[in-house]
Amino acid sequence: MDYIFDGSYLGYLCCVFEAFERKEFDSIPKTGKAAEITLFSEKRMISTDTKKANRILTGMEKIIGKQETIFFYHNFLSDNQIEWLNGFRLIVELFRKKQLDIHNYGYPPILRLHQSIKKINRERHRMKAFIRFVKSNDYLYTAVVEPDFNVIPLVVQFFKNRFADQCWLIYDLRRNYGFHYDGNTVVEVSPNESDEIRDPYQLEVDLDPQEKAYQHLWKTYFKSTTIESRKNVKLHLRHVPKRYWKYLVEKI
Amino acid sequence: MFGFDDKLQILADAAKYDVSCSSSGSKRKNNGGIGDSSASGICHTYTEDGRCVSLLKILMTNFCIYDCSFCVSRRSNDVQRAAFSVKEVVELTMNFYRRNYIEGLFLSSGIFKSADYTMERLMLVVKKLRTEERFNGYIHLKAIPGASESLLKEAGLYVDRMSVNLEIPTEAGLKLVAPEKDHQSVREPLTIIKNEIQNVQQDRKTNKKIPLFVPAGQSTQMVIGATPESDFQIMEAANTFYKDYNLKRVYYSGYIPINATDSNLPQIGTAPPLVRENRLYQTDWLLRFYGFSLHEILNSKHQDLDLEIDPKLAWALRNPQFFPIDINTANYNWIIRIPGIGRQSAKKIIQARKYGKLKEHQVQKIGIAYNRAKYFMLCQDTLITAGFHYPEKIRKSILEHNPQSQIKGPNSQLTLF
Repeated sequence: MDYIFDGSYLGYLCCVFEAFERKEFDSIPKTGKAAEITLFSEKRMISTDTKKANRILTGMEKIIGKQETIFFYHNFLSDNQIEWLNGFRLIVELFRKKQLDIHNYGYPPILRLHQSIKKINRERHRMKAFIRFVKSNDYLYTAVVEPDFNVIPLVVQFFKNRFADQCWLIYDLRRNYGFHYDGNTVVEVSPNESDEIRDPYQLEVDLDPQEKAYQHLWKTYFKSTTIESRKNVKLHLRHVPKRYWKYLVEKI
Repeated sequence: MFGFDDKLQILADAAKYDVSCSSSGSKRKNNGGIGDSSASGICHTYTEDGRCVSLLKILMTNFCIYDCSFCVSRRSNDVQRAAFSVKEVVELTMNFYRRNYIEGLFLSSGIFKSADYTMERLMLVVKKLRTEERFNGYIHLKAIPGASESLLKEAGLYVDRMSVNLEIPTEAGLKLVAPEKDHQSVREPLTIIKNEIQNVQQDRKTNKKIPLFVPAGQSTQMVIGATPESDFQIMEAANTFYKDYNLKRVYYSGYIPINATDSNLPQIGTAPPLVRENRLYQTDWLLRFYGFSLHEILNSKHQDLDLEIDPKLAWALRNPQFFPIDINTANYNWIIRIPGIGRQSAKKIIQARKYGKLKEHQVQKIGIAYNRAKYFMLCQDTLITAGFHYPEKIRKSILEHNPQSQIKGPNSQLTLF
């Protein structure tokens, strides 16, 4: 049985709720898009209900603790059907047995969960590192990214603390949403039909007059700090994979 | 025309031989201004030689009154000279930081006029960043040997880390290439800062309002392979400095030949000792995080590190009497001594074995270097063979299995965070 939810974490948790209500423990949580492919399986639409989702969350926290419950949120941000299913089955197991040995690395589904979280954390860390702001003439610092996983929600607080006195916008082009900080609060933004979010490196008109100069200086710095006689392209590529280059000033 | 761009090029180029890029270990919080340095370090990019770029690493100037033959900025070297103004360094740092290019500033300098004159300018940069720009990002400052105590202490109020380069591991080696310098002039600023760090830490226990002082501690750097010291001598020097000055880090910088006139130094074109450098870092790690003492790894009988295999494996092969270690019963301190098992995996093993004895395939998946570890550990289903393999045989089969990664050091270079 395919459970079709809206793609939100709360919706995902509602799938767990539904599974217990109907005793359909073998269900597979999916979003509408993914479900179109498998035409012949049975489907059930799951509506997102904050109350139900919160009951699941509180229940999980009671059994495995708050910190460990967050593991499942991070795993969910993988944006990956297989990891979703693995997490879903573990939550079901957690409630059926009233316990879950979350650090039992010898148990394959648990190991898989941790490996998935590790990937998410690596991508989160990379977003802290690889986001490059471009300053426009109205003092807005804009960054566009295309992370492998849906990790931008995990770095918002970091950027809010760090760049507390400047306005910024971080936008995930792949998932088509982002976060805007106005100096006080962070708001989630999605594009209106009228304002299209453009790659800020392509913006010529609205740029701060000094922006190009600083981009150029950063490139100069990057080149001058390399030691030719130690060149090691393989290592360089491992640290800065090519898929990130398009938004890295020093690699454009 | 000599523009700002050229200046940056010259002064970044001259600073690239300083290897420290750490931006972690501080606790400066953002108080409404910009930036923080409380989190773990972040490498914002990597150079094409694979080194991490976390800080804007520049010299204030490459004019220098000294003539140390291993240094690119030495007085007698025919290179273009440049100098930044205080304002220029501040603006560059702020603009790079606001675009999230860097975690902060690493500022060093050649010595123009005198130690105090140079130190004062460095101090003015960091003071301006903290007080006028309300900048809370990471600042690593190179203290100038011979600068007055009051200047060093004032600068310490604004920086996260301070360092003084030891340059060459032994006094005798240093005299060979830099007759005007000595180790004593490095010990002096390190002592001043160490004492002040301790005083401030003590005072902050009772009064939280006392400002931070060099919260990420001190470090030093040695140039490796310019002079003929053995690895044992190098690590002995490091060990002593760790102990005497509570250093956070010692960096080892493989000498890159840049001097065609001094016949004491390796000639231009000689490859930098990358593998050796890597082995020294691995040894440093073993001493600081794995509970090894120096004489276990290096001693009068084993003066140099094995370039083909890592120092933990080399130690294990010399000490077969400790192996195999049963990962289901041994404590953490012994599990991390197994070649191929790091601290993370050891912790996972300890956690996982609470739920049942671990078998080989389970440990393998946890993320250890199984090909190395298998000779040294026992799992629940390990077949007990007749005794321990001959060390030479193990060494050979490990090297045969993966000769590339064992010999090509830089591919397995440690991340310096």
